[in-house]
Amino acid sequence: MSHLVFEQLLNGVQLGMFLFLVAAGLTLVFGFMDVINLAHGSLFMIGAYGMALFAGLTGSFFLGLLLCLPVVALCALIIEYLVIRPLYNRDHLDQVLATFGLILFINEGTTMLFGRMPLFLNVPDLLSGSVAITDSFSYPLYRIMIIAMGIMVALILWFVIVRTRTGMRIRAGTTNREIVEALGVNLDALNTTIFVVGALFAGFAGAMAGPLSSVEVGMGDHLLILCFVCIVIGGIGSIRGALVGALAVGIFDTMGRAFLPDLLGKIMDPASASGIGAGLSSMSIYLLMVLVLIFRPTGLFPVARSE
Amino acid sequence: MIREHHLGKVTALVLLWLLLLPWILDIAGSSYLISTAARIVIFAIAAISLDLLIGYTGLVSFGHAAFLGVGAYVVGILSFHAYEETTFLGLNGTLSGLVAIPLAVALSALVALVIGALSLRTKGVYFIMITLSFGQMLFFLFVSLEPYGGDDGMMMFDGRNTMPLMDLNERFTFYYFCLACLVAFYALCHFLTRSKFGRTLKAIRQNEGRLTSIGIKPYSVKLLIFVIAGAGAGLAGALMANHTEFVSPSLTHWTKSGDLMIVVILGGMGTLLGPVLGTFVFLLLEEFLPVGFDMLGMDLLKEHWRFVFGPILILIILYAKTGLYGMIFQKNEKGEAGNVEDQ
Repeated sequence: MSHLVFEQLLNGVQLGMFLFLVAAGLTLVFGFMDVINLAHGSLFMIGAYGMALFAGLTGSFFLGLLLCLPVVALCALIIEYLVIRPLYNRDHLDQVLATFGLILFINEGTTMLFGRMPLFLNVPDLLSGSVAITDSFSYPLYRIMIIAMGIMVALILWFVIVRTRTGMRIRAGTTNREIVEALGVNLDALNTTIFVVGALFAGFAGAMAGPLSSVEVGMGDHLLILCFVCIVIGGIGSIRGALVGALAVGIFDTMGRAFLPDLLGKIMDPASASGIGAGLSSMSIYLLMVLVLIFRPTGLFPVARSE
Repeated sequence: MIREHHLGKVTALVLLWLLLLPWILDIAGSSYLISTAARIVIFAIAAISLDLLIGYTGLVSFGHAAFLGVGAYVVGILSFHAYEETTFLGLNGTLSGLVAIPLAVALSALVALVIGALSLRTKGVYFIMITLSFGQMLFFLFVSLEPYGGDDGMMMFDGRNTMPLMDLNERFTFYYFCLACLVAFYALCHFLTRSKFGRTLKAIRQNEGRLTSIGIKPYSVKLLIFVIAGAGAGLAGALMANHTEFVSPSLTHWTKSGDLMIVVILGGMGTLLGPVLGTFVFLLLEEFLPVGFDMLGMDLLKEHWRFVFGPILILIILYAKTGLYGMIFQKNEKGEAGNVEDQ
């Protein structure tokens, strides 16, 4: 039993790392540019499809990854230039709707290119197999790698934002754009950089998600809403908040899905328990967010902003 | 462009046209479109209710489809138990529209009261996100209702609700029933937005702090309009369930909330006629864009019309934000139409 709990806990952490990779870009873009980008999930999807395409063409997982990331960056550049840039000074409603239009466009375009059938990817040979953690418990290497990648990205981000000059500008820009601009920092260039870097994280997560789940149109949209929950729990604009929020959501979701139906099965008939349990565990994340917002209306790690 | 003080006449014209529409369609030999017309009328109710929040009060609610779902599920569940001859929490199911539809509206209002009371504690983006989350919560709640079809939803096997002296299964009658609901809701909103309450809403949109300083608590005013908007969407949901004789969680999918927002912007926010016009254009585009591409011989775009609609939407948001209302009406005075940033 305890092995099962531990395994699900690791699965939760691994889902949390995925969410973090996508949420990090989202929270940076939001915190720094004050733009809500619903199409961030589409970049995750582009990463996954790019991976499926290039890994299929080259026959190599790593070549696929190497080829798909530039494609994601290119898409991000185009999206930033054509759609996001005109939205910087608009209200949130405009941003939500325009990027909603972007989702329609990208989803439909992907369906046209790849069809409605989900694609499947294999775990590369090098990363397949499991690692024995204790004598009687082992965990898939691929999932461990994803957790490691997530931790690495978190460390890099922490280092860049806290220890470098660029990071200082990002932090300052999040607090007060006008003053940073008045001090002679080229914010446009910084905007584009942040957007593309955030997109790369999302695209990378998408590429890595291929072997774990099916690659299909709309895969990014549900994940995006989960990521919104993460960054709202953590406090919008805060990387640390995104990490905490992502881990909380990942663990909550996985544990709920794994154990709620069984627990409910003890008090009602198993057939309806599995349905209600699945529904309840999907709802539990949103419940978590609502609870956090009731007690901390600006999230766990609010970022100071001057309006 | 028409001057805005002709708004009353234009509204009367639109109403006259809506009244005659089924006859026109019948004479033109396309009476199958009466069902589409009913769909437009129902959707317009939901759009107006959302505009009360987005346009009039400046509350960007991204979970409005949740109330459509509540309204629809009340009608659906009552019909389900009437068909199965079982009870729900000790209550009998019913097909009677006099019971089901008011109950749907009341329950939506109650759900809106709870969601609003919690969500309105937050502001700005957090409000957008928390309403989106509540929408998702209800979506998953409906998905988990296994006895009522879960993911797949449920059919209303006994047909539409019954009303005294009317047969809603007859499409003319159903259309006029929906139209009557639209007119009643429109009239309610008309008086609401012109009253002192309406001016308070506008003040909230423009400057909440100033309102507080003259001694009005924005929270309770916002909560009241949230409940009214929820009830309106609940009514639309109840009618939608009747229209399709089918209820499913897809009604509360977050893209439905997005569609509703698009309709409001397309028509012109902060107006009542705008969302009605917006609904017309949006649903007609949905219906006829594929047909249009088919006629042009573009088979690929026929199936994937959203590929074209997405960029159109982006262009509208970026460059034509006043919506259809702003294209038709010339404003009387500065800030009167309330559909441009007049803060």
